[in-house]
Amino acid sequence: MCLAVPGKVVAIVPDGDTVLRRATVDFGGVRKDVALAFTPDAQIGDYVLVHVGFALSVIDEAEAGRVFEALRQMGELEELQ
Amino acid sequence: MKYVDEYNDAQAAARLCSAIRSVVKRPWTLMEICGGQTHSILKSGLEDLLPPAITLVHGPGCPVCVTPVGLIDRAVEIARVPGVTFCSFGDMLRVPGSAGSLLDAKAAGADVRIIYSPLDAVALAKANPAQQVVFFAVGFETTAPANAMAVRTAERERVENFAILVAHVRVPPAIEAILSASDCRVNAFLGPGHVCTVMGYEEYEPIAARYHVPIVVTGFEPVDLLEGIYMAVCQLEERRATVENQYTRSVQRSGNRDAQDCVAEVFQVVRRQWRGIGEIADSGLALRAPYRRFDAEERFALGTQSAAEAPECIAGFVLRGVCKPIECPAFRTRCTPERPLGAPMVSSEGACAAYYRYARPDLSSAHAR
Repeated sequence: MCLAVPGKVVAIVPDGDTVLRRATVDFGGVRKDVALAFTPDAQIGDYVLVHVGFALSVIDEAEAGRVFEALRQMGELEELQ
Repeated sequence: MKYVDEYNDAQAAARLCSAIRSVVKRPWTLMEICGGQTHSILKSGLEDLLPPAITLVHGPGCPVCVTPVGLIDRAVEIARVPGVTFCSFGDMLRVPGSAGSLLDAKAAGADVRIIYSPLDAVALAKANPAQQVVFFAVGFETTAPANAMAVRTAERERVENFAILVAHVRVPPAIEAILSASDCRVNAFLGPGHVCTVMGYEEYEPIAARYHVPIVVTGFEPVDLLEGIYMAVCQLEERRATVENQYTRSVQRSGNRDAQDCVAEVFQVVRRQWRGIGEIADSGLALRAPYRRFDAEERFALGTQSAAEAPECIAGFVLRGVCKPIECPAFRTRCTPERPLGAPMVSSEGACAAYYRYARPDLSSAHAR
């Protein structure tokens, strides 16, 4: 039930009311209408985490690569030893 | 990055496993809270990659599994009322109540529909003003903002033929209930990444301190889960017990304030009954007074029922991590997804369903660690 899927914001439906702000979000080819009520700062090109039709967070790109950077450094350390 | 495939990388997973092997010195039992994490662990076979010193037990984070039988019975009763369109997430339909499931009610002619978003139920109510549209508001903190927004939308747009049957539950009191039990064997928790996307993790800090238990907020893909396990094992071996955040690409310490505000406006914290576990103080949500006219239990004035569980189902032990599904004598024999004795065998997040789908059939209770 807590399943949430990342998708890319490809269009924002213009609306004066922030509560009703909506976006078209692309999930690897499947496009859905998503409410941006809880992510008012989401912009076109951002990845958002979507749960039951609502974006719950904007994915932090820098943080998303952190684990791989850490693993790369771990690998270099192993090679040095 | 697409933020899914990268976290399924076999090389990254192997490297994390060797990192875990290099730090683990003693046997530890870790519980992942969320049923989505359980399914990811079983599906990707992570348990087979981990050193034998680490045991994973599976937590209560399956809202469908913990919804009490009495509430399922109420849902079925409301769905059968003429003029009612009953909407639910798909998971809930096959969960057995004491007198059948919502799917049985649908087969008998009730108007029961599966929807994707609670806003779809509001739209359905708006389009069919002569019909009473009831939505089964099941879920943890992840789902509460969407359901709260559906109620606020109905209130603002005066969609008076919309109502919700509330079965909302909260994670932190459940963690405390698990830790307080005398048979608890959990040394550390992988915290629920999407619940914490909404709520943040400040409320977990006193729990980690009080019970001296590490809690690592963790994502849902194999690399996330292995990194979460690595962080938890490091804490255990160093005798630390704090809240750490593995899922930093989505979770901030304070969570999503807009979502929290919406929930706080519509819902208040109440006691809730958990299927298989019992009543837990402050573990649920109910509609606040200004929104209570959208409460299906009030609108349909149903008598209180206390329904019994199927006596053979050991869901209570499974949901608290005391037993693994394969330790249940009924597993895969008298209890299957087609003919379930309890909800964890039905739900797409239930631990029993995960073992049924993904665990090796030769795995018997003798192998259950």
